[in-house]
Amino acid sequence: MVVREKILDMVIDCFKRHGAKRLDTPAFELKEMLTEKYGEDSGLIYDLKDQGGELLSLRYDLTVPFARYLAMNKVKRMKRYQVGKVWRRESPTIVQGRYREFCQCDFDIAGQFDPMIPDAECLKIMCEVLSGLQLGDFLIKVNDRRILDGILAVCAVPQSKFHAICSSIDKLDKIPWKDVRHEMVAKKGLAPEVADRIGDYVQRHGGVSLVEEMFQDSRLSQNKQALEGLGDLRLLFEYLTLFGIAEKISFDLSLARGLDYYTGVIYEAVLLQTPAQAEECLSVGSVAAGGRYDGLVGVFDPKGHTVPCVGLSIGVERIFAILEERMKTAGLKIRTTETQVFVATPQKNFLHERLKLISELWDAGIKAELLYKNNPKLLTQLHYCEHMGIPLVVIIGEQELKEGVIKLRSVASREEVAIKRENLVAEIQKKLSES
Amino acid sequence: MAERAALEELVRLQGERVRGLKQQKASAEQIEEEVAKLLKLKAQLGPDEGKQKFVLKTPKGTRDYSPRQMAVREKVFDVIISCFKRHGAEVIDTPVFELKETLTGKYGEDSKLIYDLKDQGGELLSLRYDLTVPFARYLAMNKLTNIKRYHIAKVYRRDNPAMTRGRYREFYQCDFDIAGQFDPMIPDAECLEIMCEILRSLQIGDFLVKVNDRRILDGMFAICGVPDSKFRTICSSVDKLDKVSWEEVKNEMVGEKGLAPEVADHIGDYVQQHGGISLVEQLLQDPELSQNKQALEGLGDLKLLFEYLTLFGIADKISFDLSLARGLDYYTGVIYEAVLLQTPVQAGEEPLGVGSVAAGGRYDGLVGMFDPKGRKVPCVGLSIGVERIFSIVEQRLEATEEKVRTTETQVLVASAQKKLLEERLKLVSELWNAGIKAELLYKKNPKLLNQLQYCEEAGIPLVAIIGEQELKDGVIKLRSVASREEVDVPREDLVEEIKRRTSQPLCIC
Repeated sequence: MVVREKILDMVIDCFKRHGAKRLDTPAFELKEMLTEKYGEDSGLIYDLKDQGGELLSLRYDLTVPFARYLAMNKVKRMKRYQVGKVWRRESPTIVQGRYREFCQCDFDIAGQFDPMIPDAECLKIMCEVLSGLQLGDFLIKVNDRRILDGILAVCAVPQSKFHAICSSIDKLDKIPWKDVRHEMVAKKGLAPEVADRIGDYVQRHGGVSLVEEMFQDSRLSQNKQALEGLGDLRLLFEYLTLFGIAEKISFDLSLARGLDYYTGVIYEAVLLQTPAQAEECLSVGSVAAGGRYDGLVGVFDPKGHTVPCVGLSIGVERIFAILEERMKTAGLKIRTTETQVFVATPQKNFLHERLKLISELWDAGIKAELLYKNNPKLLTQLHYCEHMGIPLVVIIGEQELKEGVIKLRSVASREEVAIKRENLVAEIQKKLSES
Repeated sequence: MAERAALEELVRLQGERVRGLKQQKASAEQIEEEVAKLLKLKAQLGPDEGKQKFVLKTPKGTRDYSPRQMAVREKVFDVIISCFKRHGAEVIDTPVFELKETLTGKYGEDSKLIYDLKDQGGELLSLRYDLTVPFARYLAMNKLTNIKRYHIAKVYRRDNPAMTRGRYREFYQCDFDIAGQFDPMIPDAECLEIMCEILRSLQIGDFLVKVNDRRILDGMFAICGVPDSKFRTICSSVDKLDKVSWEEVKNEMVGEKGLAPEVADHIGDYVQQHGGISLVEQLLQDPELSQNKQALEGLGDLKLLFEYLTLFGIADKISFDLSLARGLDYYTGVIYEAVLLQTPVQAGEEPLGVGSVAAGGRYDGLVGMFDPKGRKVPCVGLSIGVERIFSIVEQRLEATEEKVRTTETQVLVASAQKKLLEERLKLVSELWNAGIKAELLYKKNPKLLNQLQYCEEAGIPLVAIIGEQELKDGVIKLRSVASREEVDVPREDLVEEIKRRTSQPLCIC
């Protein structure tokens, strides 16, 4: 949990740095809100039992609830983040960090603005988060729904097969082209020449120069949609260069991404593994993703008014798994509490003194604990401190009480010093601020 | 078209009639009849046209938390979590749903309020009803014999929501519990200390913590002659004494629950009493109660508890109240409830009782219900009723007109002239890289006035203005939104200057 909390804190810090407001929505929505938003994945939604009231389902992501919120409250502009659990009835593969209940961290910008500025900020945020978490080297693949659709059109893929072909293309990051081609031809009934033409495009990736090349492509430049997409990507790369992150971005024509509601730019961040990490097999897959989805709010709005949106989602579960594994390997000990001072005594019948003293410490805002024993042994108390990583101990004894002093001991160095009772709080605060 | 509109109106009215009947709990036949009429009317409308078949809303009894509400929530959680940490608690989290069988049989009558998940071919699941049963399951499952933990999360109850009165079906609980076999009453005393610290720090007004003990209640009922079978139901009547008069409670016990009047009177002699440690002493001397072993145990523990609370300096906030009975079945020893003494403007019925903002107690038998060998782990804990506290804090902020910021942005990067987007993008990126919270408008050529207005609305204290002349001179104009003072800062010193200004305690920028 402590690792989790640190990671979430860092992600949230980044979202706040970019001026996002926080939103929270219920764990479940009316079933009809979620129906038909997730395409093939709809079968993976958890439904609540019909207990005589409204039909409900657990939220599958944080994006659809966000669109529902915007439509419901007639909000035209919003920059929001949301951190919360979502639920999917997938086959859980815990090794890869894929659970049925997991946490998502979403950041989205809704509103009609000048093109590609918010989109660029989303990519900047992804870079800041991934760098800040020190996960190692990463790459962000970028593509555009319109370019994909354009490619399929100029290659003469029948409209009815677009979706199926897209999902094949998306597998290119995991399996070689020849297998993908085979799937398209043998399983999805695509003509071999068409598949080959697709292959000429989707195996390509590069920087802004690839964007320029595609502009010059004789077939693609005839397609209006593709041109729109390429134009936006060109502008995006300009802004990413000004943000200083262009070298982390790869225009990758094989990026297709599952969800139906994307309408423009789409992106996915992957960790670049060292050979050692490849062994871990935790680093496989993406750690963050997102894109532009201009039509989703319109599906909820009674009059069909839409609000353009662009956003990203950080795959924190996968990140937890990677960082936890790393900490284990490095043998790093993590404290699970933040206790600063332990109140101890070697003497019997000193419970009352301990209770009085600890109450003083709590009142001064100091994080302190004591053992719930009337007469604990000093050794047991010191062991507890070492085990929990508590840095300081105050020891009350008979003699010291008569002289009006308390012993303050550093657990690490075992050095002890006698402090006057009335100076104790100040002395502790000083020691804590020094470390 | 008009015909259709009229028909739609009839459907709407009929729908409301049906809803009204259901609310009034009218007879099943009546409801059925009206529902049949509704369906007939709907059928006349013909097949559904248009996109919209649903009403745009959150499920009944749930709500979105807007950014403003989230800001309040964050403030409250910060106070609570900081207190839990001060007392050395670790944090855990559990899934939102549990196996249905884990929750079955733990909540008595309230079990019908549990949300079940649909049987979709896998395990049968239910949404958690509280955080205590999952905690006990966690302890038993991991064979833990001691832990001090806090858990803040939402729980789910298919109650009758009264959202204007802060009663929801999905709501937050903040729990702190100490599990383990320890010397008596020390952890119990710490729980009460924590409750007091939190309520003081939240500054929501004066409060009182009522304390009682299950064994004293049981002992009292025994000597008054309450039949075993009626214990629970008489408990729930007695618990109403904080809301209604003794006469009404007595009527309920005698009139509705079949208790003999003399027995009721005898109970009345006890349960209308409340006081400090002197009441504990008094009852220890009570000729009847002191004959009852259970009651004596409870009284002995309360006496010890008061000793410790005095050492903690909070005994004046604690009231031994014999009418405190509290709903949940699993309590076995001390029980407590904190109430606010001045009820704020919107008084009303709350999930935990009138003005109640926190509660808890000792429950020594719960973990044993999960452990395969029935091994027990004694537990004591508390739950903070945060939803109520959120609304009180929100009201207070509204009353004092204190502005609550929904973002933490420190600087807006603005441009005074056209065609400076590139410069803004470069500058804002520098600020982000230095960890400064900054924004810019998503417009290529925004007007300066609009940018300044944005700052005022969002409460952003500083603006970094890029202008053509300033670019040539290598400076940025740094402007304080509040004072409107501007100063030219060399580009390379800007980050330093912003950090300096924003680190000052009251952020007098």
